[in-house]
Amino acid sequence: MSQGLIMVCETWTDKLDAYLDGELPAGEERALGEHLRGCAACAAESLSRVQLKRAVHTAGQRFTPDPTFRARIQKNIAAKQPARWGRFWFPILATAMVLLIAGAITLRVNSVRRGEQQLVSELADLHVATLASSNPVDVVSTDRHTVKPWFAGKIPFTFNLPELKDSPFVLMGAKVSYLNQTPGAELIFSVRQHRISVFIFQERALGSLRADDAARSGLSFNVRSWSHDGLQYFVIGDASAQDLDKLSELLKAAA
Amino acid sequence: MRGQLFAGRGNKTTAGWFTLVCVSEESLLSGSFEQLAMPHFERLYNFACWLTHDRQEAEDLVQETYVKALKGFSSFQQGTNFRAWIYKILRNAFLTSRTGLKVTATVPLDLEGNEENLPKVQETPESILLQRSDRELVQQALEQLPVAYREVLLLCEVEEMSYQEISATLSIPMGTVMSRLSRARRALRAGVQTTQVQKMQGA
Repeated sequence: MSQGLIMVCETWTDKLDAYLDGELPAGEERALGEHLRGCAACAAESLSRVQLKRAVHTAGQRFTPDPTFRARIQKNIAAKQPARWGRFWFPILATAMVLLIAGAITLRVNSVRRGEQQLVSELADLHVATLASSNPVDVVSTDRHTVKPWFAGKIPFTFNLPELKDSPFVLMGAKVSYLNQTPGAELIFSVRQHRISVFIFQERALGSLRADDAARSGLSFNVRSWSHDGLQYFVIGDASAQDLDKLSELLKAAA
Repeated sequence: MRGQLFAGRGNKTTAGWFTLVCVSEESLLSGSFEQLAMPHFERLYNFACWLTHDRQEAEDLVQETYVKALKGFSSFQQGTNFRAWIYKILRNAFLTSRTGLKVTATVPLDLEGNEENLPKVQETPESILLQRSDRELVQQALEQLPVAYREVLLLCEVEEMSYQEISATLSIPMGTVMSRLSRARRALRAGVQTTQVQKMQGA
């Protein structure tokens, strides 16, 4: 065997372990395979290493655990189960609670909103019906001292009307209106060319139809609402928000 | 006001779903520990016996391994090698055990560069042609090996781990895996030869 060949073999034997472990890159693996087919010494070396590998593989599988030990370990893992179940259920319950609360809030918000929307749209209907009527008011008067007494005996409450002399608002008249089968007052004001209805109902008559003080607009009408002394006031009209605020202030001041 | 309520509702619902997703992932994790870990039980026990040379100690070691693995399971990164992870736990538990400390105190765990402690091998293929009956011979030789050689051989030949897995299990670079394996094999051959000669002389 020439010196050169031995050197070639030495470089290969260094890689023999990786080759037999299947860890050699594909190119080198092919080349080494080729070499093994041609070199008896390397083939013999390779065989003896394979045998050692196999021998260690079988000899290494020597100890078998006791079945009771396996059962003990499994029980040991299972013993952690209650804690794990606690960890498992707590977040689930917490999540369910969060979802329930979120759901309840959503329903509540929706029902309140539905109530408010229903109220606003009913008032808007009343306002439009009044404007559309050929006989919009039952008492035609610009004088608050005429209008207020006119309601006596027609509605189960009384209210004050503001002095409008220095304001852009003009009282055009009033009529009895109904909401939730309960009578209330509807006052018609005008500001420039706009008509504004002011509804006054007893709070307890509104039932589930609630409104808060927030300014809202629905169906292109502006709406203002507040309560005072058990009465709920609604100001609705197509006039500007500023106009509605001004009229609301005057009414609040008079009450 | 309505806007705020809506925003609030949105946040809560999102938080709710987020929690739900986290929960299902965690329950998935805890549920799969047993499925992932128990198939390795027999092999882990075998490996522990080879490390400790004592069945009782091996049982303690395996038990400790399972307890630690379960406790630390949340830190196990899904998709990475579970086998390497649990073997690493067992090995670390062994190294910090009394036997492990004693072993590593007498024989350094890192045997790289210690060429002189490798016995010379008569490289004649015939001398280590092993028969089935030589199982005991190999076992004796394995027992005599320093623990660093024994474990790397067991991981490679018995567990049939890739170099990559061995590298992860022993926390050593791939190059070290290869060189240590090569030394371990030479040491084992030498050991087998010595035992063989002793046997023949005794016979």
